[in-house]
Amino acid sequence: MKLIKDRKKAQSYLEFLYILPFILLVAVFSYYPLYGWVYAFFDYKPPFPLTMDKFVGFKWFISMVDNSIKVNQLLKVLRNTFAISGLSLMFSWFPMVFAIFLNEIKSRPYRKFVQTVTTLPNFISWVLVYSIAFSILNSTGAVNTVLMSLGLIDTPKMFLQSSEHVWFRMWLWLTWKNAGWAAIMYIAAISAIDEEMNEAARIDGASKLQIIWHVTLPSLMPTYFVLVMLNLANFLSNGMEQFFVFQNAFNKEYIQVLDLYVYNLAMGGGGYSLSVAISILKSIVSVLLLCLTNSFSKLVRGEGFL
Amino acid sequence: MSAKRYIIKKRNIDMGIQDKLVSIFSYVIYTFFAFVCVYPFYYIFINTLSANDLSERGKVLFWIKGLHFSNYVNVLKIPNLFQSFKISIARTAIGASLTVIIAAFLGYMFTRETLWKRKLWYRFVVATMYFNAGIIPWYITMRNLGLTNNFWGYIFPLAVSPFYIVLCKTFVESVPIELQQAAQIDGAGTLRIFLQIMLPVIKPIMATIAIFSAVQQWNSFQDTLLLVTDNKLHTLQFTLYQYINQASSLKALVSTTTSSTSIAATLATAQTATSIRMTVTIVVVTPIILVYPIFQRFFIKGIMIGAVKG
Repeated sequence: MKLIKDRKKAQSYLEFLYILPFILLVAVFSYYPLYGWVYAFFDYKPPFPLTMDKFVGFKWFISMVDNSIKVNQLLKVLRNTFAISGLSLMFSWFPMVFAIFLNEIKSRPYRKFVQTVTTLPNFISWVLVYSIAFSILNSTGAVNTVLMSLGLIDTPKMFLQSSEHVWFRMWLWLTWKNAGWAAIMYIAAISAIDEEMNEAARIDGASKLQIIWHVTLPSLMPTYFVLVMLNLANFLSNGMEQFFVFQNAFNKEYIQVLDLYVYNLAMGGGGYSLSVAISILKSIVSVLLLCLTNSFSKLVRGEGFL
Repeated sequence: MSAKRYIIKKRNIDMGIQDKLVSIFSYVIYTFFAFVCVYPFYYIFINTLSANDLSERGKVLFWIKGLHFSNYVNVLKIPNLFQSFKISIARTAIGASLTVIIAAFLGYMFTRETLWKRKLWYRFVVATMYFNAGIIPWYITMRNLGLTNNFWGYIFPLAVSPFYIVLCKTFVESVPIELQQAAQIDGAGTLRIFLQIMLPVIKPIMATIAIFSAVQQWNSFQDTLLLVTDNKLHTLQFTLYQYINQASSLKALVSTTTSSTSIAATLATAQTATSIRMTVTIVVVTPIILVYPIFQRFFIKGIMIGAVKG
């Protein structure tokens, strides 16, 4: 009996040995970097190892607010982050409406076609999006050529090298890339709606718009709610890739969001410690937001999304 | 006809018109959306096949003018570019295979009741979906490990991917447990059950993950930006980015390649900054478009599993 027990134990340790290398990989690449947060409390200059005499306590956290230039800079970055995330939040209904009206196209092949081509941009990188933007928007690109031959403008308009409507344009590119993909979830939800409900509404004499308003929309609300909550939880995280590739000397004032600022500070200016300090604060706020939205979701729907 | 019936009838006609309008409106607006999504790709594509002097001046809008294929031939001759092509291919192939195999193996192992502290390790791995230390601590870690300017810096950090592991585990759990039990009674060990019983059964989910992670690897840009200064290790994405942003260096490249390769190069086929940029764009986007149809079959399923789990 004991023998069997021992063998079972040996087996379970052996199985652990099989997964150990991968556990180590996770430890090294996901947990160990957390240790890097200590850099925020030191005066860290890249090639040298950390020594205790470089310990500066909360200096970097205080330095964020102790002179007006830095405060202004940080406020500008926060303004950009809030503006771009805010726009996304404001228009977060767009993929849902996109899915609803796509469903009104009765020709199945055409519907599939539209769905296919609008989802494609989701799978290309931001560099490619930028390359496409550059190709159609530069001074000899398609947009300028068409506008000029229509006589709407006399000289080519520099769409990318401009500080106008940067937030809105970033939102447009984001939507171009993601809307089709984001709509898929709603399309699946729409096809799950009981056909009898639509039938009943039609017999009662409801028009298409009335069916959308009274049947389709209410049944999509739970999905929409979860996505809005996730959107809120990620309010401070816009990612940096999109803004990195689109940034230039002209739009820098408006395009630098928190994630990009953290990168620029460290890799551009060598401010590693300050940059880590900012990303720590960002992480804390993000976790709070996540907990907040999760409990709000529990309150409203009776279940969280975590 | 009574007044009441007349009103109902009129209302029905109005609604019929309204429904028609909704329908027409949908067709128009979605044709516009489709156009906005397709045309940029088409525009770049026809420009790469058109006379370069025309495309340089923005004269190619709707169809190919002065068809020639020299752009695609010439672009192969740029030494750096071919090197980044190889790097992109290598990281996609190696990275995606490793990610898939590890996801399948761990997905299977985390269903084994006998695994020591199974729940703990599962949570240890899955928890990493919800936090990240930030790019600077990550960068410093990578540097300490000697993974900057190192090809494996593209591979190892993405090798164990919690989301894919969750997908695999869910799939393995849907396979009848009797299959494993029968093999166990026949004397098969943990690894043998995985290799001979599980792998063939979970192929569909592995295919899905393979495509997802291949696209992720192919599209990856940020890690090159952070980790790599050696241009022998640059990926296609990164080289393309450089081509767009450093037009001056591209012009230098153009003048050296054209003067050395052929004097006979006419204006129509000589490389220009625009032609290189657009041709590389098509080269980078083509693999995505090629795997996309396979993708589509899988991703609706994939997103649904993701929605349930997460």
